[in-house]
Amino acid sequence: MRIAVIGAGVVGATCAFELAERGAEVVLIDRVGIAAETSSRCEGNLLVSDKAPGPEAELAIHSNARWRALAERLDAEREGGQPETEFEAKGGVVVAFPGGEEALRRFAATQRGIGVRAEELGAERLLAAEPHLSPEVVVAIHYPDDAQLQPSNATQALAAAAIRRGARLVVAEVTGSRAEAGRIAAIETTAGAIEVDAVVNCAGPWAGELGRRLGAPLDIRPRRGVVLVTTPMPQRVFHKVYDADYVGAVGSGDATLQTSTVVESTPGGTVLIGSSRERVGFDEHPGVDPVRAIAAKATRLFPFLEETILLRSYFGFRPYAPDHLPVIGEDPRVGGLFHATGHEGAGIGLAPATAELVAHAVLGAPTSLDPVPFLPGRPGIGAAA
Amino acid sequence: MTRVAILGAGPAGLAAAEAALAAGAQVTVLDEGARPGGQFWRHRPGLTDPRMQHGVRRFEQLQSALAGAEVHSGAAVWSVEPGEPGEPGEVGGAVVLRAAVGPADGARREAVVVEADALVIATGAHDLALPIPGWTLPGVTTAGAAQALAKRDGVSVGRRTLVAGAGPFLLPVAQSLALVGSTVVGVHEASRIGALAGGWLPKPWQLLGKAGELAQYAGALARHRIPYRVGSGVVRVLGDERVEGAVVAQLDADWRPRPGTERVIECDAVALGHGFVPRLEAAIMLGCEVAGDRRGRFVVVDDGQRTTRPQVFAAGEVTGIGGADAALAEGAIAGYRAAGVAQDDQRLHAALRVRDRMRRFARRLETAHGIRPGWTAWLDDDTIVCRCEAVAKRAIVERAEVPLRAMRLATRAGLGPCQARTCGRAVEAIVSEARASAAGVAAAGETVDGSSSSAQGGDVGFDRRPLLAPVRLGELGGSDRPTNGEN
Repeated sequence: MRIAVIGAGVVGATCAFELAERGAEVVLIDRVGIAAETSSRCEGNLLVSDKAPGPEAELAIHSNARWRALAERLDAEREGGQPETEFEAKGGVVVAFPGGEEALRRFAATQRGIGVRAEELGAERLLAAEPHLSPEVVVAIHYPDDAQLQPSNATQALAAAAIRRGARLVVAEVTGSRAEAGRIAAIETTAGAIEVDAVVNCAGPWAGELGRRLGAPLDIRPRRGVVLVTTPMPQRVFHKVYDADYVGAVGSGDATLQTSTVVESTPGGTVLIGSSRERVGFDEHPGVDPVRAIAAKATRLFPFLEETILLRSYFGFRPYAPDHLPVIGEDPRVGGLFHATGHEGAGIGLAPATAELVAHAVLGAPTSLDPVPFLPGRPGIGAAA
Repeated sequence: MTRVAILGAGPAGLAAAEAALAAGAQVTVLDEGARPGGQFWRHRPGLTDPRMQHGVRRFEQLQSALAGAEVHSGAAVWSVEPGEPGEPGEVGGAVVLRAAVGPADGARREAVVVEADALVIATGAHDLALPIPGWTLPGVTTAGAAQALAKRDGVSVGRRTLVAGAGPFLLPVAQSLALVGSTVVGVHEASRIGALAGGWLPKPWQLLGKAGELAQYAGALARHRIPYRVGSGVVRVLGDERVEGAVVAQLDADWRPRPGTERVIECDAVALGHGFVPRLEAAIMLGCEVAGDRRGRFVVVDDGQRTTRPQVFAAGEVTGIGGADAALAEGAIAGYRAAGVAQDDQRLHAALRVRDRMRRFARRLETAHGIRPGWTAWLDDDTIVCRCEAVAKRAIVERAEVPLRAMRLATRAGLGPCQARTCGRAVEAIVSEARASAAGVAAAGETVDGSSSSAQGGDVGFDRRPLLAPVRLGELGGSDRPTNGEN
């Protein structure tokens, strides 16, 4: 089966890997190249801690388990100058300030109900786990399954693994498609036409526009997120530490600037501080407001950061659907067209389970996941953004 | 009263301040240096040998004009963004600049917020040293650093110093080194006679307009018996713990070393200056159009030094490498225009004439001394290219196939404290060459990457830095009230 996977971010690279491993003839197409955009402009969070019980939490738990083995495989088969995934099962610590205790405890209790390990840390254990955390913190929940990787490196590793399994990379922009008997028969690109049996739209925040070019518009929009990076320092942050107010932000429909602080160390010694969420289209000038808002919350969590030097900041566009659930599965309008997008800042974490659902939809591969909640045919998805 | 903010207090910024003040504007100058003057006037009263100073009288005039302006020296400007119309007392105006003012390693620096109706970007350029095997040894500096130490502190980087690179800037550097007591064992100009003849006459100091200054340097070289070689460059720096010598070789028209021409020169210091890199990040942050490619990217300006953003002007090396005279003329034009003076006002006439003549000079400079693609041939696979993160050429070549951003994250090239200010152009050149070689074509290299989402238009490579200067997290907060014009 000839499958074109469009978009070489983490979702596209993982789909290409999964499909190639299952014997499909895969062409991975991207207009710039591997990991050119969102997957090189994010944090690499593999979180189970931020998901309320529901379909996305199921996807996250499943993906989290798969990432462990996948990262090990990718690192083991690394060659040439290919970087390591920097996978670290470091665990997360979610904290609440006065007033937020009960909400966090209630949230953790519902998560335990679906099998997420979430353990409240007493004062002594918290001090041992994160000695530099603000003494203002009143509740801390430890999520041992939260993990982290270097998202650009992981995407490059996945693409390389797909290519080793026979996938072909084409750097070109997709301009349209040709149908035969109601099914996509070929896609038109700036590098010529490519005949296909199936197409997987993994164009992230650009998936709506790509869908339109393929005759199936989607309401997928960009949400801008800013991340800060400090100068390297001796390690003083040991987990992914974040403020419980993160929980509210992902699902919010509010267009204005929201921030929720996630602080973590990287193997390079820098501290990564995310992140903001703004609905401003593809605006590339975030200005100082998100930077200042993130910094204010981060220094509240870790007061030593006040004196820490910020080296750079970056931003990326996260794709989201109106109902804030990923869009994965066959398009109800165009035969042979599949979508895998709308992961909204969780694409790195959700990529393995997403690829499994794509393999299920395209090749009929088995899965233990319920694909129904993510299908593109659900209300409100199949309209132009 | 029009409020004009000026970013940078080198020749362009100072001339802009003088002009804007003369036109009646309220002027605020922000500069990272300890005192105004920039690299060109990096003087210290009493310490700097008067023979290293050029246009001192002009500098004194500009300095006294600054008395009418609000000046923030030691200012790390970390943000500049378009302002929004605000209530009186709130941040408003065309642009808003935020800075932390005080010694970089000092305790809490003062937060300065400047709002202005117009901005002149005069951030200049830093000098570029291309990587060379051995260039990480102690004793290797940029030509600019060697000159700054000589001018400001009266100190020489070595007892026997080799100066190498390209362009007329090498001449004052050699002179400065000689004046502070170093033996200058040679000035090696990479461009060959042919290229120099295309841009200049066969000898650079024969050019009309710059003739006086350049003749003076030629005289100084002769007096100090400093050999000047063209079509020659350092291809390897020797030494274990520090510089003990350098291998020089003849370079062909593309700066590729000619095999068999290598010879060793004993020295304990090497000053490298292959060109200049304009400091574009403020212009990019504001969304000003930047044109060119990795071989030369500059802010696009019109005849009145206006950028493509309303009320944002640019002058000096950010608009093209033309030297101090060009910067002074462009600064004056930008200052008048930013203060609201019409383009055809007679006060601009003299500056416009000089600017147009100096633009021709800048074109000659680029034709004669512009970096040629063959330089990468003097690199070894394990030559460190990114010094901050110790990334070798091999690692960059191995990852050249992925987009620049992904390559950078995978190799860490350009991710260190200098944020690719030192290695950016070299990394882009190596990537471009590796891709061309993989594709079996000659390196064209107009664009390293077309980031598809970029609304900026041109390729800005490593020059986009959303944080203009390192700043402590605790310094980001504070009041939004503008601090300019309070008195």
